[in-house]
Amino acid sequence: MKFSLLSLARNAVSGQTAGPAQWRSPQPRAVYDVVIVGAGGHGLATAYYLAKEHGIRNVAVLDRGWLGGGNTGRNTTIIRSNYLWDESARLYDHAHRMWETLAQELNYNVMFSPRGVMMLAHNVHDEQVVRRHIHANRGNGVENEWLSPEQAKAFCPPLNISSDMRYPILGAALQRRGGTARHDAVAWGYARAASAMGVDILQNCEVQAIDRDATGRAIAVETSRGRIAAGKIGVVAAGHTSVVMAMAGLRMPLESYPLQALVSEPVKPCFPCVVMSNTIHAYLSQSYKGELVIGAGTDAYVSYSQAGGLHISAHTLDAICELFPMFRRMRMLRNWGGIVDVTPDRSPVIGLTPVPGLFVNCGWGTGGFKATPGSGHVFAHTIATGTPHPIAAPFSLERFRTGRLIDEAAAAAVAH
Amino acid sequence: MSGAFRTASGGRIDRTQPILFGFDGRAMTGFRGDTLASALLANGVHLVGRSFKYHRPRGIVAAGSEEPNALVTVDRGGGRLTPNLRATQLELRRDLKATSQNRFPSLDFDIGAVNNLFSPLFSAGFYYKTFMWPASFWKHVYEPLIRSAAGLGRAPTEPDPDRYLHRYAHCDVLVIGAGPAGLAAALAAAETGARVILCDEQSEPGGSLLAETEARIEGRPAAEWAAGVARALAGQDRVTVLPRTTAFGWFPDNLIGLAERVTDHQDRPDPRLPRERLWQVRAREVVIAAGAIERPLVFPGNDRPGVMLADAGRIYANRYGVRVGDRAVIATAGDSGYRAALALLGAGATIAAIADLREDPAGAAVEAARQAGIAIRPGTAIAGSRGGHRVTEASLRRIGGSDRVERLDCDVLLMSGGFTPAVHMFSQSRGRLRFDAALQAFLPGKSAARERSAGACNGRFDLEGCLDEGFTAGAAAAKAAGCGSPRTRRFARAGAVPAPGGFLGAVPGTGKGKAFVDFQNDVTAKDLQLATREGFRSIEHVKRYTTTGMATDQGKTSNMNALAIVAGALDRPIPEVGLTTFRMPYTPVTFGTIAGASRGMLFDPLRHTPIHDWASEHGAVFEDVGNWKRARYFPRSGEDMHQAVARECTAVRMAAGMFDASTLGKIEVVGPDAATFLERMYTNAWARLAPGRLRYGLMLNEAGFIMDDGVIARLAPDRFHVTTTTGGAPGVLNHMEDYLQTEFTDLKVWLTSITEQYAVIAVQGPRAREIIAPLVEGIDLSPAAMPHMSVQTGQICGVATRLFRVSFTGELGFEINVPADHGRAVWEAVLQAGAAYGIVPYGTEAMHVLRAEKGYIIVGQETDGTVTPADAGLDWAIGKAKKDFVGKRSLSRPDIVAPGRKQLVGLLTHSPQEVLEEGAQLVADPHAEIPMRMIGHVTSSYHSAALGRSIALALVADGRSLLGQTLYVPMPDRMIAVTLVAPVFYDQEGRRLDG
Amino acid sequence: MLLIPCPHCGARPENEFRNAGEAHIARPAEADDAAWADYLYMRTNPKGVFIERWRHIHGCGRFFNCVRHTVTDRIIATYKAGDPRPSLDVLRAWSEHAR
Repeated sequence: MKFSLLSLARNAVSGQTAGPAQWRSPQPRAVYDVVIVGAGGHGLATAYYLAKEHGIRNVAVLDRGWLGGGNTGRNTTIIRSNYLWDESARLYDHAHRMWETLAQELNYNVMFSPRGVMMLAHNVHDEQVVRRHIHANRGNGVENEWLSPEQAKAFCPPLNISSDMRYPILGAALQRRGGTARHDAVAWGYARAASAMGVDILQNCEVQAIDRDATGRAIAVETSRGRIAAGKIGVVAAGHTSVVMAMAGLRMPLESYPLQALVSEPVKPCFPCVVMSNTIHAYLSQSYKGELVIGAGTDAYVSYSQAGGLHISAHTLDAICELFPMFRRMRMLRNWGGIVDVTPDRSPVIGLTPVPGLFVNCGWGTGGFKATPGSGHVFAHTIATGTPHPIAAPFSLERFRTGRLIDEAAAAAVAH
Repeated sequence: MSGAFRTASGGRIDRTQPILFGFDGRAMTGFRGDTLASALLANGVHLVGRSFKYHRPRGIVAAGSEEPNALVTVDRGGGRLTPNLRATQLELRRDLKATSQNRFPSLDFDIGAVNNLFSPLFSAGFYYKTFMWPASFWKHVYEPLIRSAAGLGRAPTEPDPDRYLHRYAHCDVLVIGAGPAGLAAALAAAETGARVILCDEQSEPGGSLLAETEARIEGRPAAEWAAGVARALAGQDRVTVLPRTTAFGWFPDNLIGLAERVTDHQDRPDPRLPRERLWQVRAREVVIAAGAIERPLVFPGNDRPGVMLADAGRIYANRYGVRVGDRAVIATAGDSGYRAALALLGAGATIAAIADLREDPAGAAVEAARQAGIAIRPGTAIAGSRGGHRVTEASLRRIGGSDRVERLDCDVLLMSGGFTPAVHMFSQSRGRLRFDAALQAFLPGKSAARERSAGACNGRFDLEGCLDEGFTAGAAAAKAAGCGSPRTRRFARAGAVPAPGGFLGAVPGTGKGKAFVDFQNDVTAKDLQLATREGFRSIEHVKRYTTTGMATDQGKTSNMNALAIVAGALDRPIPEVGLTTFRMPYTPVTFGTIAGASRGMLFDPLRHTPIHDWASEHGAVFEDVGNWKRARYFPRSGEDMHQAVARECTAVRMAAGMFDASTLGKIEVVGPDAATFLERMYTNAWARLAPGRLRYGLMLNEAGFIMDDGVIARLAPDRFHVTTTTGGAPGVLNHMEDYLQTEFTDLKVWLTSITEQYAVIAVQGPRAREIIAPLVEGIDLSPAAMPHMSVQTGQICGVATRLFRVSFTGELGFEINVPADHGRAVWEAVLQAGAAYGIVPYGTEAMHVLRAEKGYIIVGQETDGTVTPADAGLDWAIGKAKKDFVGKRSLSRPDIVAPGRKQLVGLLTHSPQEVLEEGAQLVADPHAEIPMRMIGHVTSSYHSAALGRSIALALVADGRSLLGQTLYVPMPDRMIAVTLVAPVFYDQEGRRLDG
Repeated sequence: MLLIPCPHCGARPENEFRNAGEAHIARPAEADDAAWADYLYMRTNPKGVFIERWRHIHGCGRFFNCVRHTVTDRIIATYKAGDPRPSLDVLRAWSEHAR
């Protein structure tokens, strides 16, 4: 059923407000052309584009829990594409362009809100880094502009630009078409659209082993719901990628860290945009419900606990209170953690693996949400054709052998 | 008089202290000991807010921190505005001014209530299905509309002037909750001599005992007993009793976060005290005695003002002396309704009827109600309510009977679905919950941390059981913490034993009409069923799709009902559907409390050099570099940065300048294997460096990229003085220690940070030698005795010095290392000695220009973590004969030796006065259009006073093969032509190093 | 904020320490490009018992090894740098204990 205002109104009048199930909950089949491991945004998008653009509909998306329950539903939903390196800018801007029409594409309102993402510079080095980004971005056709402190405050009135802060604001980079989206809706929208094209979404279906044939090719997954044979397997398991890949005997250039985020109690609209400060670790926007949505940092150690230390949240809240001193009396309502898989160069890995038939899309670290549509799109191409999509090609596992890293961390202290 | 609904006597309020307060501009009176909620109810005010989505009128539901509806904004003036406070937790104080929220223009008449009419349209998830057509409407029409509907209260707009502090504490036993179980636990633990912290979120210890009027413990009225026990505990040295303190979070290794509200309740806040205090308590053992939370019944119209939790009605009567209404209908699934009925009866209300979902209610409470002549309707469900801003009628329906309903007039409707144990903290501790079918509740199961639960949060609802279980838990905790055992103790008590009862989910027969589950977020039973029909089968999905349990109360009163409704809709047992995860905080915690004293200049440690004060007194403009403040330039009156820097640079080239280099990292590397160690840590060769000589050192990470650099002095065969970059110092020391301790364990070397032991004064310029000569003793400064790149020890101004002959400017130069305490005195002496020669102090900006003129790199500016020695033109710094050093193997990786890497070059703009922007990109094609192929970027760019033109350094793909060629810097409005040159602009031959 | 038992100093709060990643990764004397990439970048990153390195940077300054369960974050044991890696049997037993 197509969602429309009319259909909603009709249902409202008839008292039948529930539509049919947004996605099917089928029993696993014995064989699929492609099995995607991980029903987060990236995995579901991969399945969607496999079906839509490559005609591969005999696809299953497996998840050990519920779809969208990992980092897709736990992040602070920042969307931007002003990355430094050409390869990154191409990848993230590919995704960014897709966000702009995603609601219509999926017939599901993902509430992409291009309210502007502003990244603060607090010292001379920050300013050099930010300006380098702006120049590189412009060359790549990615809008990004420099704002003086006064311009930054005009764009975001709560911002404290006084010079007697510990780390005063020297300026900011603004990507006006950056913004946020409703994270759960992205997963649900892709799930609904993929399911409608025949993709089976198998929740509570934990992969326990990857079977390989005599040639070493990955041919099936053993799951908590039985063995499922697959022509190809794509692993899109975010924080759990190392765990899944170990089933195929592979070690990955990944470490998994807890990443915390938190929201305040909801208040009336008071914060118009997204503000990020990599230097003092503050990431803030306001949700449609009115909560201040705040990203905190990762803990310092590898962990799958989905929980972190109070000092991590405290370190972010003190920065928020310095940048926006009027929010000091606001209250933290809910804090949660995700597990992010981080690569040595803070750039993702998308592509083939040493195991034939096994593909991987991982390493998005703290910033994968923004790439969801583009990631799924290029990964679907990579799986369908067996060759990396041109945009994905630089993000191969091979780069760790050759040394051709795409080091966004070195370029910006922290990649988000 | 403090309100028409105040009882004549009773309660824990102080009737001798009337307090004037305001709500929405209306002045009212309450008593000391009231909460805002009890005082409002005493004045007959039930309507206190509007719901989030439908703007439905809402009243006070509860009496504690679980309150979903009664949220108010309190403005204390001067920026002290706090939204979303629960009226049920706000202690009444003088001049308390509270306002209701989420209504316009007023609480009684709210335009937003129109949403209620369209509510069939606004079913769960409606946002996702609409607002998409036409696409162009999203940004300008739909999105602004949705965003403007957000939120409840208004955020403060002024900076908060209040202070917040942190306390760290250790204890043997932390007891969370000071109700009967918690008090008994604290008693037991304290008796063993254990260090005990007892915290409770309420204004005074006692918990449920504060509303007890009949029960007696050890011969005394329960509330009196509680007060006595709390007093006795607080009087002990090893016990800390913290009222108004919420245990909100559980962190690894039994670190518990407590939020203490210190001054909000005070009539005039004590200025010596913080507003709130964060306690981080490392507890050997924890006793969780968090009590239980009453559940509403889910039935149509259960959200009208005047519909309250039964136990809240009892608490208002017994603890606050407030009659929540004159005529009550009570709907219950257990004893609570009867106890409330009796309390209200005692407070002067009429009880129209008690509708009990149970077919055969029995037990002491039921008996007492019968004897009091209250009409009891067994096997009867509450079917609905009527009323506008206040309930006026309740309708009852016999379960399983006809559709006929009994309508009863009332002005208050009390409901009880039973109690939900507060397992939040247990669950946060990663303990596993188990579902108790008899109690229809999740209870603590297997522990994961060193804790134990006692009392109602553990499923014990009788007073005697709570006391005994609490005492046992406290004793066990003390023992586990190594503190011995208390003597056994039984708490003689008198009072009724509650009978089991309780109900989960929507009341039978709930059909049409809005039966709310989550009051604040306006989630109805129907919304939940809809979500399951649309395929949302995980409780986490249902929560996110409907927003149930996501309001400021985090589902304290609603989650179990929601779970039961979802389980019913899916036809699966409750434990299979599962709970959503309990997350910190238990109740909201102020940002400022968590941030604590980390604000203003205390936000991050501030590092000053020994010469900082002098620089500050002489008008330096500072920049932040890491934690350091560094003098960037020293403007004279009327100078801007450009002018000041030009003057400073000129002075260095013509005469002399002095520079505070104290922030450079300094590490002393000592030991018989010190040279070998440096051989492995730096790319250069060190073995043959003679004592008394310096060498530039280049450090790589293991991936082969430049990590740090600095000049290294060999003071003796076994002693090196290593300098690092300012920002890199801690990382370099850690990197060295790592290899020394875990990789090169065969080496005898000791590393000591001496960064803060020395002040470093660079004196640079042709006159440098002449200037310092008169101040130096015991060092021959002659070029022969002290050539470029050498070090001598001796005295300067009577102070021991390590004097380096070294240059980061290309001029004759010295770096004077003296003990930090003498830094300023030596600085001033050099300045005085140099005055006749025209010496000037210069800052980091001039330092950057001077070194760029010479093509010296700055790590972090010319490099960005992706630059190899070859890229930076530093091949010469690699000891070719060395078998190994950190990073060496990586330098032969395929991509590191491939052509096309970016190499350091100089740039000269065709227009000499044009100063490029740092970070600007380089292209080969002057007509390049976006997206363009960029082949490099500008790393440093300045106006050079010495050359009278601009200069720049850049990293350009295969740049060294492009020298002499023209490239272009694309700017938004034009292309700037530049010629690639070797990255040395000034004194290519290096003659000036000798003055 | 973990409570970390430094084998030299005793239990101290986490903010006295700096994590230094997976333990027992030997720096190869000779390695082809693939083996070198393994050394530089590839990590076990296990969900379960993990041996990692910490440095008591604001204490004794020593690096040491720590056995921790990455799901519960419970620390099972710490031992000095250079001490041998615990045997698989020992790790398995610890894993059961820490779950």
